Order: sequence, then structure tokens, then C-alpha cells
Amino acid sequence: MNLNLTLIGQAISFAIFVWFCMKFVWPPVIAALEERSKKIADGLEAANRASRDLELAQEQAAQILRESKDNAAEIIEQANKRANQMIDEAKEQVIADGKRLREAAQAEIEQDVMRAKEALRAQVSVLAFAGAEKILGATIDEKAHSEIVEQLAKEL
Amino acid sequence: MASENPTASEYIKHHLQNLTFGQHPDGSWGIAETSKQASDMGFWAIHLDTMGFSIGLGILFLWLFRIAAKKASVATPTGLQNFVELMVEFVDNSVKESFHGKSKVIAPLALTIFVWIFLMNLMDLVPVDFIPRIAHDIFGLEYFKIVPTTDINATLGLSLSVFFLIIFYSIKMKGIGGFAKELTLQPFNTPIMIPFNFVLEMVGLLAKPVSLALRLFGNLYAGELIFILIAILPWGVQWALSVPWAIFHILVITLQAFIFMMLTIVYLSMAHEEH
Repeated sequence: MNLNLTLIGQAISFAIFVWFCMKFVWPPVIAALEERSKKIADGLEAANRASRDLELAQEQAAQILRESKDNAAEIIEQANKRANQMIDEAKEQVIADGKRLREAAQAEIEQDVMRAKEALRAQVSVLAFAGAEKILGATIDEKAHSEIVEQLAKEL
Repeated sequence: MASENPTASEYIKHHLQNLTFGQHPDGSWGIAETSKQASDMGFWAIHLDTMGFSIGLGILFLWLFRIAAKKASVATPTGLQNFVELMVEFVDNSVKESFHGKSKVIAPLALTIFVWIFLMNLMDLVPVDFIPRIAHDIFGLEYFKIVPTTDINATLGLSLSVFFLIIFYSIKMKGIGGFAKELTLQPFNTPIMIPFNFVLEMVGLLAKPVSLALRLFGNLYAGELIFILIAILPWGVQWALSVPWAIFHILVITLQAFIFMMLTIVYLSMAHEEH
């Protein structure tokens, strides 16, 4: 437990160690630490920014979605309208066609009726003559009476 | 060993003697064979074991930290670099908390103190007879003490260096006049009280290195002594005491290294500040 030169030797080696530590150990480690902490701070900031961007993008996406939904609704509405219109048009068309067909049929029927009447008329005079002949038992001057019969037939 | 079958007191004394190299009273140089020879060498002798282990541990510390410092990169640190960064950050935080001036020396100084003292203290956990036995049987060295901090010279060498830094910074920051004023005009700011103030402040100033050195020395010396006492018990029961003591001592050696570092920082920051 004697005080001796060891004291000074220790002090000298201590000074050398401190000097070495100060020159070659401390600066690089601290520099690396600071750089890393800066990098981490940057990274955190970037992450913040990215999350903000993400939020923005989400908002944008939502807006676009909303708009496109609106658009789609509009388009559907238009299409519906168009379809209704087409249906209406078709209905009208059909109704018109039906009317036309009915009219044509009616005209044809009338024509047929007329034709039948004509035929009947032609037959009626013959029948009338035959009937009258039988009833009178005598021959009737066809020429003299046909005028009357035809008159009669016309009245039918 | 001093004798083949040493008594308990011989054994303890033997373990507390450093390997001393110096000049014998008869003028020849050599290693002291007995503790009387060692103390006869006076001041101009050197403890080879203390010097050897402390320098070796200091170099180990700087070598390890230098490897990590060279490889220090921003990318994910691994293994050694992690550890070194942890230590550096811990010391850096401690310094930043207590020291508000600007100095490039304080932080590396604190790191050196902490790690170096910790490593020197760590030697306390090596079983007490382990290395001295090797030194004796292989190298023929009579005495060998492997814990440098149980040598008052080592701790006083450190604390005196800190003391000189305190004086250096006091003068650098406040000027010689300011430093003198601090020593003479406190706590009573009248010219009459200057001698009283000076004595008071001088005691306060000198108590710093002395308390630093003696605290570390005392703790480690006592710890070492208890390990030695445990070692003279019958071998079968030693583990029952030495294991708990060693585990407790892990706390002590870390704490003492930390206290030495913190007090150094505090003293130097006091030297930096105006009162």
C-alpha cells in the first residue's frame, strides 16, 4: 500500500488512453450515432408524409368512386329512360300497326261483303225469276220484267 | 508463496502485496521479495502487476472500441458495435445531463473512466488464487495482485488526473483571478474572511480527488479482502459464500465505475460554471 511511481504511471497511461479515446474512438461512434438518429428522424418524417399522402390518395379515391357512382347512376337512369322511351315507341308502333292491320282487315271484309252482295244481287234476280215463274206458272217475259227485278235487287 | 503452509494472516498479507519493482536500499534494482523490501524501496518503485493489468485492460478497452468505431456504420449495428454504441450513448447522455459547457474532452474522458475502471474492477471477480498461482508457479513471481483498483496508486493516479483537469478548466474558464476569487471570497464575501474562506475552499477542493480515489479504492479493497477471507475457508463451503458475494460484487464494481465517472463529470462541470 505504498505510494510510489505507479501513481504517475497510472496518470500517464490514463492520459494516453483518454487521448486515444478522444481521437480514435469517440468521434466515429458519435458520428455514426448522430447520422443514424438523423436517418431515423428522416425516415419517421417520410413515414408521416407517406401516411399523409396515403390519406390524401384515399380521399381522392373515395371522391372518384363517389363521382363514378353518380355517373353510373346517371347512365343507368338515362338507359332506363331510353328503354322506357323505346318501349313506349314500340307500343305506339304496335298499336299503330294493329290499327292499320285491323283497318285493312276491315276493308277487306267490307270488300268481301260487297262482293258477296254483288254475287247475291246477281243470284237474287235469277232466283226471283225462278220463284215468280213457279208461282205464276207462266213464263214471264224475262226482258220485260228484268228491269223491275234489277231495280228491286238494287234496293237490297 | 511465503511459506508452504501459510497461516491465515500470512495468506491475507501475501495477497495484499503488489509485485514491486524498484531500487533496493543497497543500490541494486530488482523485484521485491518481501513486503518489507517493497516498502523500503520508497517512492521510486513501481507496481508491475498494477501497471501491467491496468495498461493491458486499457488497451483491451481501446482495441475493442476501436474495432467498433472503425466499422461504425449507419446501417443496422450488430454485436460489438451494438454494445459499444450502447456504452457511448449511455456516457454521452450522462455527460449531457450534468455537463452544460462545451468540451470535446469530457465525454471521451468519461467513457474511458467508466469502461477502464469497470474492466479493472472486473478483475475482482477472477478467483483470488487463480492468476497469482499461475504467476507463482510458471513465472516464479512471489506476489501478484490482479485488481489494479485495489492499489491506491491506481485510483489516486486517476483522481489526481481529474484533479488537474478541474484546476485546468477552472483557470481556463474563469481566469486565474476568477479561480482565486472563487477560492477566497466564498462563502463569506468580505476581505476579512479571506483566510477562513481559503482554508474552507481548499479543503473542499482537495477533498474531491482524495474522496474519488479513496471511495473506489476502499470499495474494491474491501471486496477483494472479503474474497480472500472466503478463500481461506475450507474449500467445500467456499462456493456458498463466494458466489453470492461475487454476484453482489457485480453490482458494486459497476456502481463504483459509474460513481467515479459521474463525479468526474460533476466536478468538471462545476469547474466550468461560475458560482
